[in-house]
Amino acid sequence: MQDLSVSQLAAGLDRGEFSSEELTRHFLHRMQAHRELNAFITEMEEPAILQARRADQRIKEKKHGPLTGIPLAHKDIFCMDGTKTSCGSRMLDNFVAPYDATVVRKLEQAGCVVLGKTNMDEFAMGSSNENSYFGPVKNPWNPGHVPGGSSGGSAAAVAARLVPLATGTDTGGSIRQPAAFCGITGLKPTYGRVSRYGMIAYASSLDQAGPLAKSAHDCAYLLQAMAGFDARDSTCMDEPVPAYTQVLDEPLQGRVIGIPDEYFGTGLRPEVKDIMARAIAWAEGQGCIVQPIRLPNTELAIPAYYVIATAECSSNLSRFDGIRFGHRCQAPKDLHDLYRRSRSEGFGTEVKRRIMIGTYALSTGYYDAYYLKAQQIRRLISTDFSKAFETVDFILGPTAPEPAFKIGEKTDDPVTMYLSDIYTISVNLAGLPAVSVPCGMHEGLPVGMQLIGNYLTEGRLLNFAHQYQLATDWHRQCPPGCMQGSHGE
Amino acid sequence: MSISLEEILSISHLARLHIDEEQAGQYAADLSKILAWVQQMNQVDTRGVVPMAHPLDVVQRLREDEVTETDQREKFQTVAPRTDRGLYLVPKVIE
Repeated sequence: MQDLSVSQLAAGLDRGEFSSEELTRHFLHRMQAHRELNAFITEMEEPAILQARRADQRIKEKKHGPLTGIPLAHKDIFCMDGTKTSCGSRMLDNFVAPYDATVVRKLEQAGCVVLGKTNMDEFAMGSSNENSYFGPVKNPWNPGHVPGGSSGGSAAAVAARLVPLATGTDTGGSIRQPAAFCGITGLKPTYGRVSRYGMIAYASSLDQAGPLAKSAHDCAYLLQAMAGFDARDSTCMDEPVPAYTQVLDEPLQGRVIGIPDEYFGTGLRPEVKDIMARAIAWAEGQGCIVQPIRLPNTELAIPAYYVIATAECSSNLSRFDGIRFGHRCQAPKDLHDLYRRSRSEGFGTEVKRRIMIGTYALSTGYYDAYYLKAQQIRRLISTDFSKAFETVDFILGPTAPEPAFKIGEKTDDPVTMYLSDIYTISVNLAGLPAVSVPCGMHEGLPVGMQLIGNYLTEGRLLNFAHQYQLATDWHRQCPPGCMQGSHGE
Repeated sequence: MSISLEEILSISHLARLHIDEEQAGQYAADLSKILAWVQQMNQVDTRGVVPMAHPLDVVQRLREDEVTETDQREKFQTVAPRTDRGLYLVPKVIE
């Protein structure tokens, strides 16, 4: 049951082969049987059963849609009314959200059954999930390795078949990199495609929510339900949401794919490069026209990102003051002491480091040298992409320079950790959509390819990914430790 | 690029973070390293490049001036560490 696609699950519900309650219990059981992965911060067994019963009622009354009764997990960055929403932080360990994020509300209206809230790097700051106050998530393919981050809990949960669908957010690669590390499909939509209302802010000009699932086809269903205009997010696009599942079967013949030199340089592991070569050869076999392109400012994307994102985070995280919500220190001696100790106790090391960098970059005398300079580099990076998209439909390359690294391998050196996002970060700076698709394995760990498109081309990205998945079975691979069927089979 | 201990303490004050002298050394080392690495941005001449603050060229939307939110103060204050009769309590500010 856990290997079925969303459309197969929906068909099974429709035909009465199983109920949403049975489906939900099956996945809840798997979630509980794989707690060693630490993929969830909050399990929601009771509310899930109630939601499933409501879904079954809707199905019976024929008032259902394609996602009604399908289990789902939310990254613990999305506020959910009445549910703990921790953002992976001690700061919000005691925070029960008083309202729903728009994404949460939309998926509830679609009839999804929420099984729980997934683990993540604290405030979405990290590439390995080692920065969570609730402990690291294990990669289901090898528990000694990281699942990627920051949406590591969502990616691990989908890869281990603990849930068919999960939401994530991507500020510098936080959907695509964990999707690649865990062997699943993850899409970062165009900036503004999905509402950010109720999604705890890290770097607001970069943050974007998106779907994680086993396949592009499943992602299409989830994105369809997540996307759309929301008056409560002033940066949300007022553009119609296309029927993503309807465009997946278009032939790829004649699509022009750009291969950026800069994504195949010295930092890329040779084994990953070979796997990419096979994916590119497949695209040529489909009649795609493959041509080299240049994205000359790629290397500068990471430094520019770490100025812009930290500047925005130092401002966004100033709301955590120990007064209105979140952690408050014991016996503050005055207001200043209350702020300083509440924040120091509530935030972890990496979050504090980023707040410090951002505060420095925005401080008097340094603003032009750091923040303004980074914004100018951002313009150059965005221009590189718009020039490339004058001649190509897609840009294809690896999602990450290597497969999932070992837990603890990069924690001592922040800069080395930051470099693992080299191929994903520039996409956020430009605000473009991109999808990561599993395309090979190396030493028992998955490798992902990243396909980047022009603004609002999510449908075309999913079309390419779906065609690739019709021809390959990398997305069907299941981690060996998670294959056993369980209760309900 | 080297950040001094004094600078770390001054930034931590601006950021309202408590960093003791022992940790300050580690922060100084980390931040110095990160900022030195960030300096590679200076390899590029960006004179005349218009800074990009945001991926979309959008202007703030306007809406009718009507009430859209209801009063939920009590609900919102249930997550506050300390409140009293609708007010947030903090340590004494004025003697």
